[in-house]
Amino acid sequence: MNPLKSARARPGETCTVSFDGRPLPALPGQTVAAALWAAGVTAWRSTRGTGEPRGVFCGIGVCFDCLVTVNGRPNQRACLVPVRPGDVIRTQEGTGHGDD
Amino acid sequence: MTKRLTCDVVVVGAGMVGAACAWYAVRAGLDVRLVDRGPVSGGTTGAGEGNLLVSDKEPGPELELALLSARLWAELAREHGAAIEYEPKGGLVVASTAPALDALRDFAAGQRDAGVTAVPVDGGRLAELEPRLAPGMAGGVHYPQDAQVMPALAAAHLARASGAALHPGQAVTGVLRTADGTVYGVRTDRGEIHAPAVVNAAGTWGGDLAALAGVRLPVLPRRGFVLVTEPLPRMVRHKVYAADYVADVASDSAALRSSPVVEGTAAGPVLIGATRERVGFDRSLSLDAVRALAAGAVGLFPFLERVRALRTYAGFRPYLPDHLPAIGPDPRAPGLFHACGHEGAGIGLAPGTGRLIAQALTGKAPELDLTPFRPERFDTDGGDAR
Repeated sequence: MNPLKSARARPGETCTVSFDGRPLPALPGQTVAAALWAAGVTAWRSTRGTGEPRGVFCGIGVCFDCLVTVNGRPNQRACLVPVRPGDVIRTQEGTGHGDD
Repeated sequence: MTKRLTCDVVVVGAGMVGAACAWYAVRAGLDVRLVDRGPVSGGTTGAGEGNLLVSDKEPGPELELALLSARLWAELAREHGAAIEYEPKGGLVVASTAPALDALRDFAAGQRDAGVTAVPVDGGRLAELEPRLAPGMAGGVHYPQDAQVMPALAAAHLARASGAALHPGQAVTGVLRTADGTVYGVRTDRGEIHAPAVVNAAGTWGGDLAALAGVRLPVLPRRGFVLVTEPLPRMVRHKVYAADYVADVASDSAALRSSPVVEGTAAGPVLIGATRERVGFDRSLSLDAVRALAAGAVGLFPFLERVRALRTYAGFRPYLPDHLPAIGPDPRAPGLFHACGHEGAGIGLAPGTGRLIAQALTGKAPELDLTPFRPERFDTDGGDAR
């Protein structure tokens, strides 16, 4: 089932963002998390303690599980931040501040 | 049919102070039940920062209790330190101007006479202790005895390890008293629990529990916001605050006081807290309070300007009109003991409080003079804040 079709959505033109160096398509108005999911990516952070993979959990900005680095800035909630053409999205390791 | 249970002591309130009372009472050989209408750490404990401070206390009974508690925390940490994120990191109080520094050093000299380790630090050497502190501070005082725990974890681990029977989600609806006024237990929404001793560790709601026993204890809430940043590598090494904080803690003003304490945590986020405001039990977010906290913290640590604040939380610090807790037996209701009203220092003061309560419960001489903490002191001395 295509959710765009069932909602009769007519989104604008697809743009391109990058995730860990590879280009991904994204739609205007999509969140980073939605664009990543649509591209089949479900994990984009590793936990601070044991390096476990993390992606969307609550999806509504509450749990802070989906933190990701966008355009060099870590700890952005992927479920809330809208994509912009050319965004550079990177997997966030730990705090995202280069510690270990 | 109501289920009746019998034990030696019912502790009401499963926050940090209640957990500590349970811990020391069980160690004194008593059969203890720990009852809370909500979950463990569900009140003020879960909304605190985990400050174990001697640095912000002037010489007097609260400082003596803080010093006793600091020793007991170090003892507890030998067994539970990692689980409760105990960090003996020390505190650093800084003054931005020469007059503020003079006042701070005078204050510290009095504390040293009372047994506090307080080491003056010249402005030029502050960076050795805190490399990211704002430059140009006049100087400071280093307090190695200050420490930190994660309060919700500390209460939960201590409650579980205490050996007391836990009754979370069980509300006390009455305090049982005989015809001559002696307390013999509590009534709850799930039956009675009979015991010759009841400990009021209900924190901000300690006045309500006292009222159920027919006695007056004027505990009032003071709201505090804490600001939480994104997780960071260790950037702030001590508990760092400006000398103004001490004046704010002691203030009787109802208005917002906001000199921040800045600290890193084992989990990564930096905690910036806490404001103090008398607004009753109003939980609504105050953007002014949180802004003032953030601005104060950036004044101490400029790098925080570029750090994201993820969330904020608020709690109600329970205070009594003279800013001292109520600890010990209540002569107005024999069998009732109070352990509440610690304001913003309840985590730090919990073990000393628990130890003193256990001594009172077993008829031993208390390690500290309980006179300043007498629960009935507000009946006579005009200290009524209502």
